[in-house]
Amino acid sequence: MSELAQNLTLPGALLAGLSPGVAAMLVMFASCAAVLGVVALNGMFLVWWERKISAHIQSRVGPMTTGYWHGWLQSIADGVKLLLKENIIPLMADRWLFMLAPLVVFMSAFMAFVPIPWGEKLIVADLNVGVLYIAAITSLSAIGVIMAGWASNNKWSLYGGMRAAAQIVSYEIPVGLALVPALLASSTLSMQGIVEVQAGGIWNWNIFAGGPFTIVAFGALFLASLAEVNRAPFDLPEAESELVCGFHTEYSGMCFAFFFLAEYSEMFVVAVVASVLYLGGWHDPLGLGILPGPVVLMAKVLLLVFVQMWFRWTFPRLRVDQLMYLAWKVLTPLGFINVFGAAFWLILV
Amino acid sequence: MSFEASIWYLVALLTLGTGAYVVFTRNIVRAAFALVFTFLGVAAMYVFLRADFLAAAQLLIYGGGITVLLLFGVMLTHRHEGMELKLDPLKALPAVAIAGGFFVAIWSAARRADWDLVAPVEPVGTSEAIGSAIMTTHLLPFEEISVLLLVVLIGALFVARRSGEEEGS
Repeated sequence: MSELAQNLTLPGALLAGLSPGVAAMLVMFASCAAVLGVVALNGMFLVWWERKISAHIQSRVGPMTTGYWHGWLQSIADGVKLLLKENIIPLMADRWLFMLAPLVVFMSAFMAFVPIPWGEKLIVADLNVGVLYIAAITSLSAIGVIMAGWASNNKWSLYGGMRAAAQIVSYEIPVGLALVPALLASSTLSMQGIVEVQAGGIWNWNIFAGGPFTIVAFGALFLASLAEVNRAPFDLPEAESELVCGFHTEYSGMCFAFFFLAEYSEMFVVAVVASVLYLGGWHDPLGLGILPGPVVLMAKVLLLVFVQMWFRWTFPRLRVDQLMYLAWKVLTPLGFINVFGAAFWLILV
Repeated sequence: MSFEASIWYLVALLTLGTGAYVVFTRNIVRAAFALVFTFLGVAAMYVFLRADFLAAAQLLIYGGGITVLLLFGVMLTHRHEGMELKLDPLKALPAVAIAGGFFVAIWSAARRADWDLVAPVEPVGTSEAIGSAIMTTHLLPFEEISVLLLVVLIGALFVARRSGEEEGS
């Protein structure tokens, strides 16, 4: 927070006459508003983008009329529609938990945006334990998903919630193991510190720091994080063909919109983590430093998000046993091999 | 009251309120969900104490890991209509006595302690210090804990194994 305030001159001048307590509060609210703006805009853009990508993969054109140019206003129209729709709560649902669940899921996605380094000086809070913080906060969304599944008082929802619990607990381990090689290479947990280590071109990026092991670790991180955010081919908690809509079957209106927004924010966050840890964050591939940091980071993140969407519209969904097989018998042993291999490579090579 | 102090009181209220709810509610699933917020409040308390690594670990292990397993277990074992927890006065009485005694002990210790008030320090990273302490001074306890966890894991596997599967079916 204070970093952001110091780096932007305008708030500094505005806040000069205020008491430190009030100034801190204002800076906190301004930071929250900025993060919320990024989350909302990002969600709307990604929803539109996914509709276009899925359409083109299936030889369609997707939304075309709203906004005249390739339907670019479609997400805003949908957002307004969802805002105006009635928020239905089933009679036998647990009202409090039913209303709380979308907020828990959204808050965990929202809070994960805080330690994202957008540029050399552009970061809301450079936490000393940034990577650990993001891993911890994103794992909280599982609580919201289980809450939604249970509170809906619907068998499909409950199944979705249970699947989410099993899936997220399993995939936290390969995700954690896939983060470690990058942390070994940069010897810090701060997101900004990890980016600074990778300055000076593509050959300094962490993906090449540990020889073959970090390259494999990057791939494992990408796959496992897909499962952690419940995206296809690992979208079992909301498998349409089996569970209607899984944990959010009973949700409508704004509560559903929160789940939707959270899903796209989580996709974005895992792509940011992969780009920051392995692909140099806001450093460009040639080490020129001409382009502004946020542009470089966005290019990498959107590329990874594009691959996530490409996967979703290409691969069929896994079965539950296949999902568990992949987590425990493929990705977890591979993660251990990567950690030891990268450690030896960093010391010996 | 400063801004940080007011947030501190809010977090304390959240922690104690949800903690009390866990103890007094009869709905076991709601109790498990309330426990999540108690754990989050404790993590926030670690942040106030400038223990950033501990806060993140609390969030990761208790907030995201243990409570998910807890909820998973609760949902697998009880019927969806909601099992009422029985409040047995015979069990409540010793519980109240023990909790009350513990409170009195903590309270008297806190009253008698010589609180050394210092100015608030700037947050400094703690993960490096924790890492080197575990790997040097406290290496033996660390290894012992890992062996203990291995034993627990093997024991859990043995208990969970279906009987009559020794023939490698």
